[in-house]
Amino acid sequence: MSAETKVEVNQLTVSASPHIRCDESIAKIMWTVNLTLAPAALMSVYWFGFHAAVTLAVCIGAAVGTEYLIQKWQGKPVTISDGSAFLTGMLLAMNIPATVPWYMPLLGSFVAISIAKHTMGGLGYNIFNPALIGRAFMLASWPIAMTTWPALAGAVDGVTSATPLGMLKLQGYEKLVATFGDTANLYQSMFLGSRSGSSGETSALILILGGIYLIYRGYINWQVPAFMIGTVGVLTWAFGGHAGLFSGDPLFHMMAGGLILGAFFMATDMVTIPITVKGQIVFAIGAGALTVLIRLLGGYPEGVCYAILLMNSVTPLIDRLIKPEKYGARR
Amino acid sequence: MAKTFRGGVHPDDQKRYTAAKPIEVAPVPQKVIIPTRQHIGAPCTAVVKVGDLVKKGQVIAEAQAFVSSPVHASISGKVAEIAEYPHPVFGACTAIVIESDGLDEWVEGLPLERDWETLEANAIKDIIRQAGIVGMGGATFPTHVKMAPPPEKAIDSLILNAAECEPFLTADHRVMLEAAERVVTGMRISMKVLGVTKGYIGIEENKPDAIAVMQKAVTGTGIVVVPLKTKYPQGAEKTLIKVIVDREVPSGGLPMDVGVVVQNVGTVVAIADAVQKGLPLIERVTTVTGGAVNEPKNLLLRVGTTFAQAIELCGGFKESPAKLIMGGPMMGMAQCRIDVPVIKGTSGILALSSSDVNAGEEKPCIRCGRCVNACPMGLVPSMLSILGQQGLYETAKEDFDLLDCVECGSCVYVCPAKRNIVHYVKYLKAQNAAAAAKK
Repeated sequence: MSAETKVEVNQLTVSASPHIRCDESIAKIMWTVNLTLAPAALMSVYWFGFHAAVTLAVCIGAAVGTEYLIQKWQGKPVTISDGSAFLTGMLLAMNIPATVPWYMPLLGSFVAISIAKHTMGGLGYNIFNPALIGRAFMLASWPIAMTTWPALAGAVDGVTSATPLGMLKLQGYEKLVATFGDTANLYQSMFLGSRSGSSGETSALILILGGIYLIYRGYINWQVPAFMIGTVGVLTWAFGGHAGLFSGDPLFHMMAGGLILGAFFMATDMVTIPITVKGQIVFAIGAGALTVLIRLLGGYPEGVCYAILLMNSVTPLIDRLIKPEKYGARR
Repeated sequence: MAKTFRGGVHPDDQKRYTAAKPIEVAPVPQKVIIPTRQHIGAPCTAVVKVGDLVKKGQVIAEAQAFVSSPVHASISGKVAEIAEYPHPVFGACTAIVIESDGLDEWVEGLPLERDWETLEANAIKDIIRQAGIVGMGGATFPTHVKMAPPPEKAIDSLILNAAECEPFLTADHRVMLEAAERVVTGMRISMKVLGVTKGYIGIEENKPDAIAVMQKAVTGTGIVVVPLKTKYPQGAEKTLIKVIVDREVPSGGLPMDVGVVVQNVGTVVAIADAVQKGLPLIERVTTVTGGAVNEPKNLLLRVGTTFAQAIELCGGFKESPAKLIMGGPMMGMAQCRIDVPVIKGTSGILALSSSDVNAGEEKPCIRCGRCVNACPMGLVPSMLSILGQQGLYETAKEDFDLLDCVECGSCVYVCPAKRNIVHYVKYLKAQNAAAAAKK
């Protein structure tokens, strides 16, 4: 037998099993999420024009740049190519009005990456969703700029500087419907995105399509958006109207504000939510309930951001209480 | 509807290289290196000296302990050396080197002919012990011990583990196709020894030909062939039991705690050969495969053949191997050298190319939960890996059920952060054992 079977010393890798891996990676997951979010980001440029593009660029650039500088400074491997800082930047841009002055998203991204992510230990260790911390920081620092909403570039229906949720809070449901003509028009505008709001909040349709793709790929669990949006629907239907119980408009609330964006892209942020599907359902119901609480009774018209952040803080508790069903547990 | 369990993963089964290739009988090697320890339990001591002439099937090492298993010469010839040699599982071990006399003669009286149905259960158990039979799926637990459960454990079922869920491996598959009669006979002998009437053969659906052949072979025996969904680790003992008889082995327990004994395909064939023909376990079917092997094959190899010899019989290496594994790619053991011998538990010799391995750099856990969904035991593998990095074995044991991990590797397979969770689990278990030993 002449076949060569020589093996050099130290040629063979020795390690614990298993010896094969699937071809998933953190970078693949993050860039896929980026890609599914991109159409909605491009829609914001379509609706809000050049300003939205600038805000998007500043948010992403500042997030990636901050991560690069921090990791260089700490002498750690630079991980900006994994797409997670890029995602934080894009999510932040989509959570704020397109027209804020450029230095605000710059600082917002800096806070998101430096404080919310890297002081906690970097990717995987952060307790709170970095983009939402960035947004909360900006809202606390510049409350006026952060609640001054741009008019649509095409000024389709003459819906200008108040968001539908803001109108609901200050002027009431009847005025809101009147502004859009009728409820059918209102729903259509909410669904397609021709209304005012944060950059990425406006088009329910595109966000849902992106979210469905992530569910199909197995990167997020359908239970999270379903239970969060469902909870908001049920609670606003029950308590959201003036004519007693079950007189609210759940369809409007489910499409309004940042709920779709939050439920599909931020309440599903794997790092900051419970690790079991059951735990994620508890998380989603909690986030939905808090959103409704803030919308109906709180000072702010919208509550998705704080609802998710509050639930982030109880994630370790949920993980402690809800564990997978063990094999061999029942005798 | 094929049956299945919670969790698991779907790696490419890679069986296409060898599934259709009949078992090839390897030529008698010039020299064999036979380790004196090829089982879990007390080591054997050599009962031959350098210079002794031995015949095929002659006992060359044995031990008095109950949990042990004798070792036999796999070729006829002269004992050339008794020395420390590399071992595929234990690192190094005393081995008996036999140089062939080219005659390949059986020890006197073998093979014989015996009617198993007239034998007493105890006599059969003794034959199994004398024949040096151990679990051939890889665990190498002495079979006669498994066949003698304590009287308080009422056993009612024998399950034949024919899932062969490890990717690449096709040895059990080929044995079923080519020796179905012996498989069934081995099972019936085992059922007689255990005094059970219920026998099941669990086969994954990716082997429809084996399912058909076995279904035909069991006609009239009362043994049931159970098609299983193709999913790793379908053939892990605990998941197999859950799927086939819907019982869960308690934490820290054994299959016999739920009235079940599980045997491997190769093992029952060895039982049939030992009981009917008096043949000790000196050869086995091994799948030699992997992206780095020129011509993957299913080989019938003598115990003590080196991995290098086996790979030469398969046309050598196509490309430089990145990893050499004994067993399958999910639970097999990585080897650091190629001159280790085939032992009774060598179900596969796998030479993986670097593209097979797809390792990548370990990153922090991003809590994606894939490992939780994949774990057939219902654990939180991500936490075990994090606790492993910190050496916190007590927390891992008490809060995260460290000791229930079967190390199937499903979590590592799906992990996008490429975390070496099984490595950490083994480390934590070793820490825990060391601490327990100190007390």
